[in-house]
Amino acid sequence: MKTRSKGTMPVCTSLAVLGLLLGSGCSRSTGRSVTLAGSTAFQPFAEKLAERYMATHAGARVNVQGGGSAVGIQSALSGAAEIGMADLLQLPDEAKALSATIVARDGIAIVVHPKNPVVALSAEQARAVFSGKTANWKVLGGPDAAIRVISREEGSGTRRSFDKLVLAGEALAAGSLFQNSNGTVREAVASDAAAVGYVSVGLVNKRVKALKYNGVDPTNADVANGTYPLARPIFFLTRGALAPHVQEFVDYVLSPEAQGILEHEGLIRAK
Amino acid sequence: MDRWIARLLFLAACSSTAVLAAIAIFIFKEGVPIMARSGLGNFLFGTTWAPLAGQFGILPFIVGSLLVTAGALALGVPLGVACAFYLAEFAPRQWVSVLKPAIELLAGIPSVVYGFMGVMWLAPLIRRHLGGPGLSILAASCVLAIMILPTIVGVSVDSIQAISRRYKEGALALGATDWQTLWRVQWPAARSGILAGVILGMGRAVGETMAVIMVSGNATQIPNSILDSARTLTANIAIEMGYAVGEHRQALFATGVVLFFFIMILNAIALRVARRRF
Repeated sequence: MKTRSKGTMPVCTSLAVLGLLLGSGCSRSTGRSVTLAGSTAFQPFAEKLAERYMATHAGARVNVQGGGSAVGIQSALSGAAEIGMADLLQLPDEAKALSATIVARDGIAIVVHPKNPVVALSAEQARAVFSGKTANWKVLGGPDAAIRVISREEGSGTRRSFDKLVLAGEALAAGSLFQNSNGTVREAVASDAAAVGYVSVGLVNKRVKALKYNGVDPTNADVANGTYPLARPIFFLTRGALAPHVQEFVDYVLSPEAQGILEHEGLIRAK
Repeated sequence: MDRWIARLLFLAACSSTAVLAAIAIFIFKEGVPIMARSGLGNFLFGTTWAPLAGQFGILPFIVGSLLVTAGALALGVPLGVACAFYLAEFAPRQWVSVLKPAIELLAGIPSVVYGFMGVMWLAPLIRRHLGGPGLSILAASCVLAIMILPTIVGVSVDSIQAISRRYKEGALALGATDWQTLWRVQWPAARSGILAGVILGMGRAVGETMAVIMVSGNATQIPNSILDSARTLTANIAIEMGYAVGEHRQALFATGVVLFFFIMILNAIALRVARRRF
């Protein structure tokens, strides 16, 4: 047991180091390649667009990396990526040096378990639920069960937007549970009849029930025409003048074709 | 020629230590300034974790790590030690040839699979029958207890088999029953080895991240019962890493510093115990 673990350690370490070297080698941008990094909410959509772009533009290379909106800002600032992706309501001060282009918008839906009889929340009710002031579903016409708030972790783009739009300065309920992606929030809500959470509108499926917010259903049409207020823009952040091949990719993402793909996948057009 | 090979081996031996030193220097460099700025007491014993508001209290995560690990040991150690005694002393040979590889196989299952089982099956079960959010300390402890079994069983079986046969034969010859022999003779003789195995398992439980993130619910307040959700030190780093910049990022490195001492203390105890003879 002991000797075996000692034997495998150096091998593991050298593999890990090798992996790091290869990884950093890949992420370094060379020639005509474009690197995007940031928002995990937009990452799957960016990957889809990159795939299409590379299929139609011979010789172009687009690398898409995640890391979160904060990483998007950081890597655009440091030059580690040509384009940083961020899904924030408001860009922080450190992003002042970057030029921001809105490439899509994404709604946030408040979701509960399908068996929950509650169908709508007013803005005040939503704030009370997520800040912990309303602690039982009975108050809202549901069953006599404690409300379990499921949130994203501190720093997440979805979380920051939700904090600003719904909580408006109040603190999140003290006993909230945390999941670290939109998908796992949805699964946690789907498996718990007393849970309430929030996810991208594009990720709502029949395993969860999206609530009306201030009387409006969270549909993409209502987000697009502005009647559903819980939405955030997705930014491409760039620094300084763009190289032609980077500009070409940004133009592609804003083109009707790419915007159509984004709409089809559940996001809202930039314009 | 001989000298060159010796030097090469020396370099190989140094490389793993060098990696450790590099890691230590890096996390201390990143983490210590923020601990100093917010005050060591505030950092270690603060109960509010609101990194964007500049509040970095990691006491809830220290408590979370301790409770989850203690729970895993409370469940895993009796099971593992009992299993080891059965395998080493009582099991027929053909059973050993099935059971031992099966237990070792547990170590090869990726932690995300354990986490997935915990989320899909264990957490709903706990929620339905015991209440609470289901994603809880209890769920995390159960999952970890199974994950540390191979370590505990493996080391324990080795140390039980290392006991001289004469002890057992002598005890039986004096008229002791099987149970008396086990409890009065073999257990004391194997105890230090078993303890070393338990502490190795404990190290694994403290360090496990993926499965714990999935089943513990990751709440940031100090839990009141084992049915409450909690966040461990490792989970805190992994969950927030992607979004952390500036002080927030440093605070995660500082969490790493605390974890570093946690593990070092455990290892020191493990070395002590393994060296001690009864």
